[in-house]
Amino acid sequence: MFAGWTGAVALGLVGLLALLLAELIVGGWRTFDRFGLGFFLGREWNPVRGREAFGALPFIFGTLVTSAVAVALAVPVAVGLALLLNEVRGFVRAPLASFVDVLAAIPSVVYGLWGLFVLKPFLDRHIEPFMTSTIGTVPVAGALFRGNPNGPDLFTAGVILAIMILPIVTAVTREVVAVVPRELREGALALGATRYESIRMAVLPYARSGIVGATMLGLGRALGETIAVSMIVGNVPRIGASLFEPGATIPSWIASSFREATSVGLHRSALMALAVVLVIVAFVLAALSRLLVRRTASLVSGETPGAAETEIPKVTR
Amino acid sequence: MGRLRAGRRWKDRAFTAFLWACAFLAMVPLVLISVYVVSRGWRALSVNFFTKEPAGPLDPSAGGIAQSFVGTGLIVGMATLFSVPLGILTAIYLAEYGRGRFAGAVRLIAEVLLSTPSIVAGVFIWSLVVVAMGTFSALAAALALTVLMWPVIARAAEEILRLVPQELREGALALGVPRWRVILRVVVPTAGAGILTAIMLAVARGLGETAPILLTALGNDFINTNPLQPTDAVPLRVFADARTPVAALHELAWGGALMLLVAVLGLSIAARAVSSRQQKRMT
Repeated sequence: MFAGWTGAVALGLVGLLALLLAELIVGGWRTFDRFGLGFFLGREWNPVRGREAFGALPFIFGTLVTSAVAVALAVPVAVGLALLLNEVRGFVRAPLASFVDVLAAIPSVVYGLWGLFVLKPFLDRHIEPFMTSTIGTVPVAGALFRGNPNGPDLFTAGVILAIMILPIVTAVTREVVAVVPRELREGALALGATRYESIRMAVLPYARSGIVGATMLGLGRALGETIAVSMIVGNVPRIGASLFEPGATIPSWIASSFREATSVGLHRSALMALAVVLVIVAFVLAALSRLLVRRTASLVSGETPGAAETEIPKVTR
Repeated sequence: MGRLRAGRRWKDRAFTAFLWACAFLAMVPLVLISVYVVSRGWRALSVNFFTKEPAGPLDPSAGGIAQSFVGTGLIVGMATLFSVPLGILTAIYLAEYGRGRFAGAVRLIAEVLLSTPSIVAGVFIWSLVVVAMGTFSALAAALALTVLMWPVIARAAEEILRLVPQELREGALALGVPRWRVILRVVVPTAGAGILTAIMLAVARGLGETAPILLTALGNDFINTNPLQPTDAVPLRVFADARTPVAALHELAWGGALMLLVAVLGLSIAARAVSSRQQKRMT
């Protein structure tokens, strides 16, 4: 009897997910039906009746750009931090790990507030002009860094996102690195490898898929972040070459336009269609990352024949 | 390492320097955020801050964000009320009864829901409840938070329940206690502090969420205790105040941010303290 009740509640959780997906898909259906592929490729977003056009490309662009900046900045730092945490002794490790956990607990609106009033002026006044005058002069890639440093921009949003995803990428990378057996590293060290060499040869090859998995998890988090981005990115639907121009991401756009979305016409449906895109990408990334992190664990314990690019023979227990 | 070719030693040193640089880079934002939030937020704290609603445009510094605190209490309170029983019952099912594919599917779905962007939960409830009711409400916001908090509690509580030693269950069963009683009177109380930790972590998450509340409760300049009306919340107010051009409101925003930090960090620290006491109990 009791088992029945708890099972029913558990079933309720399943039902909740089903209801969520159904609600979003049904809501967005009219938009997909009307615009089809044009929804994903269209560049104009106009909710005015009679001239309705709902193209999500600017928001897909903004989401990808800010997330790419975030991942590019956060992953190297996270991997370095994770490797360090694996190396140091207790009295440094515990406080350092706690500090990273604290970063994870900070609410996103606090990140947004700090980003808006502290980070953004700093980047706008010091870093962005510097980048424009140095990297910005490079022929092709420099276009990314040219542009008016004042005002909201995708780059600053990317930096804030990088700080926000750092804890989770670090945490998962730590797990992945910790799973690699000590004997492999110690074997390398016994053969005379330096610390750097032992990590490069005995740890990283195994941890590679897991690190990619951790990156995907961070990417998923960056894609879905709404509030901090909304406060910094400007919410302007545009596609351009420069990182220093404003833009909009899917979540930030939903947050800034939901108030005007009435049920007359397609506006509300279009926002829900955006949510569908977001949720599907987030789910796929989460599933992939889980798979990749598991793959590292099985590689290490020898259950699956791994991609053997290691320079040290696998030790069987 | 005296015999190494210079190149290898240099690479090793550079690598070690890189690792420490990463740690430093990670700490800088944390320190800066704490320093700024505390120093700027501290100035905003006053009796008015906690007890008054926003004042008019002529003297914005005389007002406060009392309605936000009331609203956060209302919304997060209701969300906790909904998600705790749901989460614990789900956890009990997964830990005590769940075998086979259904339980595995439930676990997977809990993880999927955990990775849902919070704005999606907001859009979901906005469409399902706000549009249907015709009004933004604290209740809708509580439901949106429940969507986010339920899987958190379920997964964390399940892990705690699994840690309860099997001998306790078997002993009680051997004495003839019915299964449901064993769970409710033996397993759950033993796991008690751990479950409390799970709840605290979920509440800490709920306190800081802005996007789902934005789409469902909308916000309010006045204190509202009616769950069926638009309601304010501290993160919402920080979000709104920060985007105004009024400096006095910015100060209120920093104050709100400070309160959020204190609440969230306080809960996290308390949760950790409770959890380490629990571990001592169980070993």
